[in-house]
Amino acid sequence: MSVHLTIDRIPVEVPEGTTLLEAARAAGVTVPTLCHVPGVASPGTCRVCVVEVEGMRTLQPACLAEAREGLVVRTASRRARESRRLTVELLLAAHGGDCPSCARNGACDLQRLAESLGIRELRFPLPHRETPPDRSTPALERDMRKCILCRRCVAVCAEIQGVGILAPCGRGLATEIVPGGETELANTLCVQCGQCSLVCPVGAIAERDDVPRVWAALDDPAKTVIVQTAPAIRAALGECFGLPPGSRVTGRMVTALRRLGFNAVFDTDFGADLTIMEEGSELLERLRRTLAGGEPAALPLFTSCSPGWINWLEQYAPELIPNLSTCKSPQQMFGAIAKTWYAQKTGVKPENLVVVSIMPCTAKKYECVREEMCASGVRDVDIVLTTRELGRMIAEAGIDFLHLPDGPMDAPLGISTGAADVFANTGGVMEAALRTVYELVTGRELPLPKLHVLPVMGLAGVKEAAVTLTGVLPEWSFLEGVTLKVAVAHGLANAREVCAAVRAGNPQGWHFIEIMCCPGGCIGGGGQPRPVDQAVREARIRAIYEEDEGRPLRKSHLNPAVQALYREFLGRPLGPLSHQLLHTHYHDRRPAEPFPPPANIPPPAATNSPR
Amino acid sequence: MNDPARFHLLLCAGGCCLSSGMASVRTALAAALAAHGLAEQVRVTATGCMGLCAQGPLLVVNPDGVCYCRLQAADMAELVRGHLVGGQVVERLLCPDPLTGAPVRALGDLDFYRRQRKVVLRNCGVVDPASLAEYEGRGGYQALRQALGKMTPAQVVEEVSHSGLRGRGGAGFPTGLKWAAVAKEPATPKYVVGNADEGDPGAFMDRSLLEGDPYSLIEAMTICGYAVGARQGYVYVRAEYPLAIERLEAAVATALAAGRLGPDIFGSGFGFTMAVRTGAGAFVCGEETALLHSIEGRRGEPHPKPPFPTAKGLFDQPTVLNNVETFANVPYILRHGAEQYRALGTRQSPGTKIFALAGNVVNNGLVEVPMGMSLREIVFDIGGGIPGGKMFKAVQIGGAAGGCLPIEQLDTPVTYEALPKAGAMMGSGGLLVLDEDTCMVDLARYFLEFLQEESCGKCTPCRLGIKAMRDILERICGGEGEEGDIGKLELLSDYLAQSALCGLGQAAPNNLLSTLRHFRVEYEEHIRRKHCRAGVCPALAPARAAGEEAR
Repeated sequence: MSVHLTIDRIPVEVPEGTTLLEAARAAGVTVPTLCHVPGVASPGTCRVCVVEVEGMRTLQPACLAEAREGLVVRTASRRARESRRLTVELLLAAHGGDCPSCARNGACDLQRLAESLGIRELRFPLPHRETPPDRSTPALERDMRKCILCRRCVAVCAEIQGVGILAPCGRGLATEIVPGGETELANTLCVQCGQCSLVCPVGAIAERDDVPRVWAALDDPAKTVIVQTAPAIRAALGECFGLPPGSRVTGRMVTALRRLGFNAVFDTDFGADLTIMEEGSELLERLRRTLAGGEPAALPLFTSCSPGWINWLEQYAPELIPNLSTCKSPQQMFGAIAKTWYAQKTGVKPENLVVVSIMPCTAKKYECVREEMCASGVRDVDIVLTTRELGRMIAEAGIDFLHLPDGPMDAPLGISTGAADVFANTGGVMEAALRTVYELVTGRELPLPKLHVLPVMGLAGVKEAAVTLTGVLPEWSFLEGVTLKVAVAHGLANAREVCAAVRAGNPQGWHFIEIMCCPGGCIGGGGQPRPVDQAVREARIRAIYEEDEGRPLRKSHLNPAVQALYREFLGRPLGPLSHQLLHTHYHDRRPAEPFPPPANIPPPAATNSPR
Repeated sequence: MNDPARFHLLLCAGGCCLSSGMASVRTALAAALAAHGLAEQVRVTATGCMGLCAQGPLLVVNPDGVCYCRLQAADMAELVRGHLVGGQVVERLLCPDPLTGAPVRALGDLDFYRRQRKVVLRNCGVVDPASLAEYEGRGGYQALRQALGKMTPAQVVEEVSHSGLRGRGGAGFPTGLKWAAVAKEPATPKYVVGNADEGDPGAFMDRSLLEGDPYSLIEAMTICGYAVGARQGYVYVRAEYPLAIERLEAAVATALAAGRLGPDIFGSGFGFTMAVRTGAGAFVCGEETALLHSIEGRRGEPHPKPPFPTAKGLFDQPTVLNNVETFANVPYILRHGAEQYRALGTRQSPGTKIFALAGNVVNNGLVEVPMGMSLREIVFDIGGGIPGGKMFKAVQIGGAAGGCLPIEQLDTPVTYEALPKAGAMMGSGGLLVLDEDTCMVDLARYFLEFLQEESCGKCTPCRLGIKAMRDILERICGGEGEEGDIGKLELLSDYLAQSALCGLGQAAPNNLLSTLRHFRVEYEEHIRRKHCRAGVCPALAPARAAGEEAR
């Protein structure tokens, strides 16, 4: 059923249930809002989007009011305009902090809106909050002095991630968005995914700024500073410089990094290819134990690339830790190899080698400081910058990003395949793994168009696929005729559903499950340029698949640098050195109090055993 | 009857009488009765509020119908000796007539009572609130028996609709419409919720009902459950009402034990039960969606409507949410019929309304009047006028969302139509009488201070707009008002009314707007002449004599 209405005298026809905000968009009218996030139930708090609906006494919030037959809506009537201006004026008056010194200066929704409404005077002085910033986690900084109480973060944390750490506390003017009833984020079960920082309209939630540490390393003549860039960066960094979402800027990014002074520019894709070798082997090993050996093995196997997901599992579902791949993430594999194999090859002492990561992710900042992540004897990855921070650094250095020539990644840790690129997308790790596992087992290429596993592509929350293995090579005879069942989920609320199914006995018979913490996968990560909505995610996903399809090599096991690494250094996947450098243990990090485990869940194993 | 008692004493155990010393009076009474060996022959019942709070503690001696007022523990020996033993009315302890000062024997002889019409408060101050037998002795549970035995649920809804009963919480929404909306919802379970989160300054209608006649609410909610197809009710009572909570919980337990609540009420096969939920001190939880959130254990703050609670209410299920006073009308309507009910009040506002009469008025207390009575009658005939020979200035009606009406509008009838036209609203029943010593600017400042502190903070207009208005008023009252302040106040008022999320914010400017409308000159005096004619605002020059010009 569709309904007909007029918005600013423009007739529109929209499906029943469409909000006035969406209907206005359909009519080509932009109604500003500071609290609405697409895909999440609108908190309805800011009242910026109020519009006049003929016959109604009060102004209606367009983000919540539904389009109905015959409505006559005016989004910019005098009443609506004056109310909107007053709302923004009051928010500005109560908004603490100093625009020029704010990380969001020039990219702040409130600032932009105030500018577009022409607010030139604050007639009503209002008190500012004085709460000091929360810098308790390595990933995020929260500054409640700047918070406008829109509750986007609350909605995203609860609805998209199903975590619900952030909630309003206190009443009226004293209201603050407080994590978990604590004053500090670090004391809560926050997974540090940073989705809150992605939607915050002002500078109240942001990534911890590690740019100064990177400059310090680059300025230190005693250090050799190398950089790795995650696959999701190349499809998003351009947005920091005004390019449309989905612009592929790999070559310009490499040149920019070189101009910033990094001694070598490498690719986390190398670590991703390595991850496929280890994780694919781990999957086959677990299958062998169960199917050939008749031993119990922890299946389904969960991927372990996404640190927000690891944090969630350790804190909310530790009983599933045995199912988690023991593989480190590509970032940490890269770091461990850089500070061992690469350091040996180049003769740089590991303690003088600084590994900087450019990540789409805030949780990576936490991951790199985990105590387990010193396999090389020193910190494997030293500093993590988000895409946004790299964008600021490039701007600070005066680099004209848009007009840079393309540059190539350095060898050997910059050599990679298309399979690693797609790690950036939800479903990508699964696709990369299937490309390699299928070929290892059957000796034949995965028989799918363009090597894409269509059912696990796209933005559906939980996706499933099945691949039947026939004509397998002799050593994999136990897999003959086996249908490999896989699932993919992104966004922790979806991950929670998948985990519930696994706990309930895995009725779907899944063997392998990819989980990414953030919606859309890393391309929608908490450290990516703002804003992010479904259209932006889709554009970035498309760019990543194009990146993959344009590569000569699209299967991880064909990466010559990874082959050399095994030949020269590691020996074989899952070998003793791999075990030492590339695998880890995860822990039950549930607090003793006050969250007792649900009664129907068996007691968790303390740690998982490697294979 | 084999009650051996010769006398039946009713002690008012409403909140006001308790706070003015009823407990010690009661102890002294027991001692005096024991001293005269009368314990067996005198039955003593602690009742709910009798209404004439200004004269408390109150005690009625039946069957003589004599009422004693302003009692102290030391009076009890004389009262027992003189009246109960000696058969002589103790003149000195009788209520004085506010006009003549002559002692009045029976409460009913006072204008205060003569002009009232007690329908909802019919049992309040008369029965032992804990006693189911007394409640039933006065016709209690006849309505429910009649509904379950002789009426279909649809007929009950129809009868309530026909009565014209409107929500007594303040908005005046037709109760029958609300019940009908829930009755037609296919989703189950459904819920019935009683709103006793009475938070308006000075209001105590719901508290008095819960303390004085809890079974009428239980019966009414059970009737509602039958009518709409709900089997579970909740009463949300503010935590500041411990006595109301105690008496209501006791009554629920008694009703359960007696089969008046439970799986099969009166053998009808209809089951209904209820529970009490306690608020945590937030005024905004009187707003229906905030109240439901609070019962659910969530943060007590409103969400935008639609969806309305009738479709998606408690736990997202269809829910009838009515004010306690609204419910308490229902047994009367079923027992006497909608027609007889409609004979009370006006055509569009049938029935009666309870008011908590407070402020600068002789007879502070709880009153129930037929709708349509003029404010003048309430203030002067029932309330006894202004004490101390002071001049009447205004009547503040409707609570924090209400407004102030000047002497010119005293003939406004209390109806849902007339009060908003005059610039006030019915509200839940707070009625504050203000004399010449009241500063209207300060009064508006007070209400905005109250609302700013009670704003939940969810939406921008309410969180920041009320604060901005309050600050302007603080400045004006502090002698720092500026030209243009009134315009700013009007701008913000308009903004809140149009853009705030819930009724609290939308109605927040009402008191301010009504004082600007009727007492604008006081604002101008504050701002331009730095003068507070009532002498209330400490930073401003003291009041000048009438006619004296400012230099």
